[in-house]
Amino acid sequence: MLRLSNVRKIFNAGRPNEWVALDGVNLVIEPGKITALTGPSGSGKTTLLTLMGCMARPTSGRIWLDGQEMTSLPERFLTQIRRESFGFIFQQCNLIKGLTTLDNVMLPAYPTGEPFKSLRQRALQLLDLFSLTPKANAKVEWLSGGEAQRTAIARSLINDPRVIIADEPTAHLDTHLSNEFMEIVQQLNREGRTIILASHDPLVHQAEWISAVVMMRDGRVEEAG
Amino acid sequence: MTAAQAMTMRSIHDEKDILNATANRVRKSSVFLVSAATATLLFGLMFLHAAWRQRADLELLASKRMMVGALQLTDLCLFTEARYIRHLSQTDLHTPFQDHPGALEHFPSGSLVSLPSTLTRSYE
Amino acid sequence: MNSWIEKQRNILDFTLSCLWRRKGKNLTFVIVYTFIVFLLASVMFLTDALKHEAAFVLKDAPELVVQRTLAGRHELIPAAYIRSLSAIRGVAAVKPRLWGYYFYSSLKANYTVMVPDGFGHKEGNILIGRGIARTHDIHKGDSMWFARSDGSAANFTIAGLLPTESELISSDLILMGESDFRRLFGMPEGYATDLTLTVRNPKELTTIATKIVEILPDTRPIIRDEILRTYEAIFNWRQGIMVAILFGALLAFAILAWEKASGLSADEKKEIGILKAIGWETSDVILVRFWEGVVLSLTAFVAGVLLAYLHVFFSSAVLFEPILKGWSVLYPKFRLTPFVSIYQVTTLFFLTVIPYTVATIVPSWKAAIIDPDSQMR
Repeated sequence: MLRLSNVRKIFNAGRPNEWVALDGVNLVIEPGKITALTGPSGSGKTTLLTLMGCMARPTSGRIWLDGQEMTSLPERFLTQIRRESFGFIFQQCNLIKGLTTLDNVMLPAYPTGEPFKSLRQRALQLLDLFSLTPKANAKVEWLSGGEAQRTAIARSLINDPRVIIADEPTAHLDTHLSNEFMEIVQQLNREGRTIILASHDPLVHQAEWISAVVMMRDGRVEEAG
Repeated sequence: MTAAQAMTMRSIHDEKDILNATANRVRKSSVFLVSAATATLLFGLMFLHAAWRQRADLELLASKRMMVGALQLTDLCLFTEARYIRHLSQTDLHTPFQDHPGALEHFPSGSLVSLPSTLTRSYE
Repeated sequence: MNSWIEKQRNILDFTLSCLWRRKGKNLTFVIVYTFIVFLLASVMFLTDALKHEAAFVLKDAPELVVQRTLAGRHELIPAAYIRSLSAIRGVAAVKPRLWGYYFYSSLKANYTVMVPDGFGHKEGNILIGRGIARTHDIHKGDSMWFARSDGSAANFTIAGLLPTESELISSDLILMGESDFRRLFGMPEGYATDLTLTVRNPKELTTIATKIVEILPDTRPIIRDEILRTYEAIFNWRQGIMVAILFGALLAFAILAWEKASGLSADEKKEIGILKAIGWETSDVILVRFWEGVVLSLTAFVAGVLLAYLHVFFSSAVLFEPILKGWSVLYPKFRLTPFVSIYQVTTLFFLTVIPYTVATIVPSWKAAIIDPDSQMR
């Protein structure tokens, strides 16, 4: 599904604070599986996720999604593909304050120009799935930690993506919520979605339902299996 | 409050919330677009009102014009502060200064009004 | 096409929600903006209406007025000049005009005294304008005292008031008979304030005026055209100065708008990062700013113009009265005929909405190009 070939990412190239985040990564992500990226902080996990999710371009190297080459696409197409194929869950929930839960869930689909009624219907269904319906019209600042997390997950699903990318999703969650999260992830995988997680939480990357673990260090893949 | 009562209360709230959430709410953009349409309407009304008043006042304006002709008036009575401003079209270069050496700056109306064209033209 | 409309509506929804989040700040901004538009529009409406009124009403002003100057000052004109002027080819009639100013010292008010053609009232009777009636709080039948040039007191009875609707031309007028006038001001027989001429062919006015100066070098002719042009010009100039002042205010406003749009807080940057990360393009973020500008400036523009219209044509520009009145004791009460044109509205639009839009475009673009992965780093 996702193939990376000799991918390198250098930030602030040519300047004194130049930093090599990824140094020649070759990787294949299998479809329909749950892949975990682990490694110490600074190993390039987050950078790798952003490249895989078409959020940024590699400095050199190539990336293919289902056989289509991503790296040379112009921003507009890249964004379109990202919107359609990927759903993102961030370390911090990153919900837009001042807007309602429902609005936040619908937000990623706004630029598509989808008719409002159907979009709203889908969003309400997602909220129902995560038992968030009573909070649909509440401002997100009023949600509890668990509710905010579920809202973030619901948001990532609004465009019915094939791939879910999560960056340190359990970093700010207690054990109970972490377990809840992983239950949801497994359910999503059962629906046929590919999941890519980055986590240095052993609770996550040592779980037995993880299909593949990619260990990273200093911008390189140490071990994949 | 007993646990049963608490549960009932909660379920009532939940139902209300669900109804609340699923009811069709008015979109903010609809409110704005309707307001914009109303504003355009009001704008149109403004133009219509002006046109109506222009027609309605024709008689009045005609009678004023007749008075100007009858009395042989040459100016509007807007500023009565000083002579050179009261009859602006009849003023010559010296009139302001007959009133006061610094007349143009002295009287507030002077700052609102410029010298009339009659002053710069000559028939020699 | 439909999806494009839906997309705009979605982004508009989002923009409105964002604006509503900071209600107080945005509301204050709109109020200030509205006020500036209101001021500009009021000035424009007022001066245009006055200009149109003057242009129409003064069409029957004297075709040609002949003044006499002595040592550069306006001097009484001898009635003997009438004969010389009547002899000019093309002149139909020459009439003397008697008028002057009376300064009412107790009230420090300046009135214009005139002797109209065919003043039918008895000696000792005067007609006064409504402004004078208001200032002195007198009515028909009351009497008014004047001081003659020889020191003696003159008592006049108010035979009637000039119509209210004509205040814009007659508010400070005192009409009296010729003998009363001459006695009041000590103007000798055989002299007049100036002379008015009627000509057979209006196209000849300039030629006749040149002839007049030739024959009577100490005179100054004023033709009707110049009277009309005076009123066209002064209001243009006044619009100019007001626009200049308000343009300064607008400039300050544009700078504020720039500052508001460019200085992004960390929160705002974060939010744009989130939007980018969840799938919004740079152009979508710019659209948010665009709609924000449209909502704020259109609201202010429409509200400002409508309020200005009400202000000028329903309340006779009550807020400008102190400025227009200046030091005058007397101020005419007038109800202006509205004159609005697409040209006015377009000018206002360009003076108010465009500076704001332009001031926010570049900062918006700069903000919109935040990388999508900024939130992940």
